[in-house]
Amino acid sequence: MTVFNLSKIAVKAMARNKMRTFLTMLGIIIGVTSVITMLAIGQGSKQSIQEQISSMGANMIMVHPGSDVRGGVRMDPSSMKSLTLDDLSAIRRYATHLSALSPMVSSGGQVIAGGSNWPTTIQGVGEDFLMIRKMEVAEGVMFTDYEVKRAAKVCLLGQTVAENLFPDVENVVGQTVRFKNIPLKVIGVLAAKGQNTFGQDQDDVILAPYTTIQKRIMAITHIQSIYASAESEGVSEQAEKEITMALRASHSLADDEEDDFNVRSQQELINTFSSTSEMLTLLLGAIAGISLLVGGIGIMNIMFVSVTERTREIGLRLAVGGRGRDILSQFLMEAVIVSVGGGLFGVLLGLALAYGMGNMLDWPVVVTNHSIVISFVVCAVVGIFFGWYPARKAAGLDPIEALRYE
Amino acid sequence: MENKIIRIANLKRDFSVGIETVHALKGVSFDVLEGEFVTIMGASGSGKSTLLNILGALDRPSGGDYLLDGTNVGTLTKEQLAGIRNRKIGFVFQSFNLLARTSALENVELPLMYNAKVSPRERREMACHALETVGLADRMGHAPNQLSGGQQQRVAIARALVNDPVMVLADEATGNLDSKTTLDIMGLFQKLNSEGKTIVFVTHENEIAEYSNRTIVLKDGEIVKDYTNQGRQAILD
Ligand SMILES: Nc1ncnc2c1ncn2[C@@H]1O[C@H](COP(=O)(O)OP(=O)(O)OP(=O)(O)O)[C@@H](O)[C@H]1O
Ligand SMILES: [Mg+2]
Repeated sequence: MTVFNLSKIAVKAMARNKMRTFLTMLGIIIGVTSVITMLAIGQGSKQSIQEQISSMGANMIMVHPGSDVRGGVRMDPSSMKSLTLDDLSAIRRYATHLSALSPMVSSGGQVIAGGSNWPTTIQGVGEDFLMIRKMEVAEGVMFTDYEVKRAAKVCLLGQTVAENLFPDVENVVGQTVRFKNIPLKVIGVLAAKGQNTFGQDQDDVILAPYTTIQKRIMAITHIQSIYASAESEGVSEQAEKEITMALRASHSLADDEEDDFNVRSQQELINTFSSTSEMLTLLLGAIAGISLLVGGIGIMNIMFVSVTERTREIGLRLAVGGRGRDILSQFLMEAVIVSVGGGLFGVLLGLALAYGMGNMLDWPVVVTNHSIVISFVVCAVVGIFFGWYPARKAAGLDPIEALRYE
Repeated sequence: MENKIIRIANLKRDFSVGIETVHALKGVSFDVLEGEFVTIMGASGSGKSTLLNILGALDRPSGGDYLLDGTNVGTLTKEQLAGIRNRKIGFVFQSFNLLARTSALENVELPLMYNAKVSPRERREMACHALETVGLADRMGHAPNQLSGGQQQRVAIARALVNDPVMVLADEATGNLDSKTTLDIMGLFQKLNSEGKTIVFVTHENEIAEYSNRTIVLKDGEIVKDYTNQGRQAILD
């Protein structure tokens, strides 16, 4: 018997009982719909985390003071003074794969302008910092190397700070703000960046030359962290190594001594958070997969009922010349059509649900091709697997007994 | 010399029920010639259906030989038996056994679905032709529940004829029909027989046997009579 005849027989047999066919499909439809939707939500959150981390900077590498165990006492990294401007020069000399480099010192406190004040963080950085963090100046200009050397009393305001300090002022550039009693002239306003992955407002910040913060505000000579950009994603790892080498040399660390600093790249952050959301995707997918399995068991259940109910039909088919394997193929085919057909509906419904939910709840959703392909393959396998046993039962019937069955 | 469609010799069929063995056929021998219309008679439980199932390749004998159209059926595999049923035999049942919610035409096409050599177009043509033969040319699209009992049995007969079998077997094919319709159906069988079909018809009604050429009477699994009907009744339609 040809596959064409077989499909025709199976489709006709199913068309004779549409309601039963639909109910059997329902389990699979629900299973596939949930697989597609869950994977879309999981993938969507993964991608949006990646995008947000990427938007934090351009192939960014961050250096922070690390665990210092000399003397046996572990110190709070932020209070450590292990990074200096000499380290910065060492990195600048050694590391050949960097496109930008900037130190950072930061201090929190109230910023005051006229009658209003606002609690914020002031970050002392170099000119390259904007490029490293993918920041842009909306109004005015960035300070230059010259102003850094002079420790000029200038600053740029983030959008949040500008709005809170100068709610009614049209031209913020040219105004003066005071931070810890030091007057700083506003030479620019940063373009808005919004919240980051961790829910922090990236616009609640003031940038000033690091020299100004070191000398005039904090009265320190060390720096708190170093930010750099690798030339490309490909050389990011290499650049990290160069920075590590430069710092170890500059700190005169012996071979058996641990690093007293931490070098981390944006890529590592992405990997860390991606693996978390991959776990989430896997978990959601597994839960949805179980419902697909339940759908498959539903197919087997109804197929068994169907074989018993259609015993006389099977007897007749055998009597007019159907062979055991024709009957087996017919029932298998019915199971596969039900499961793959259910899979098709499920994919469509899943897509609609995923995008509908994404729109309504403003969730990021991503439907990958392979989640669709996998759903289909799983459906076909489920159909064959769960259809096999009932089909075997049907094929093994004795024609005379089947015809006599009431 | 006349062509022998069926040759059976010392055919036996035993059923084991628990520890007991039922001898349903105890050594039956006879031949059926091409173009004969044979009725098999006998009381209930005499082994008529058992015999017909073996003749129809639905069942295998426990002993003895069965040659159908030159083929020794006893030695065939299950699959080969299915092939024999598909190509050489047309079976008509007492309870019609039509597929529900399926048109007469598709019901008649069913045996041909299991024959890969028949194309969809041929299948349709052959089914139409068979339905015309049984006088249902105007009912092809009707489902069984839209047909009378007699019409349903005609569809079943068309299904038995569609593969142009060497013989048609019927097991109490008129058992579910009233006397008027029974007459119709017997007329149809006579017509088919006059066109050359070999027919073996199981019944337990004497009147029906009178429409055939020859009657074999079974009793307790053995042939007690085998005679030619001299005064064969003809039904004119
Ligand atoms: N599958 C079976 N298992 C056991 N015994 C069987 C089986 N089929 C038939 N028999 C027995 O074989 C004998 C003949 O049965 P069969 O069905 O051939 O009778 P029949 O002549 O067709 O009767 P009826 O006119 O009532 O249809 C009976 O005694 C019956 O009980
Ligand atoms: Mg019987």
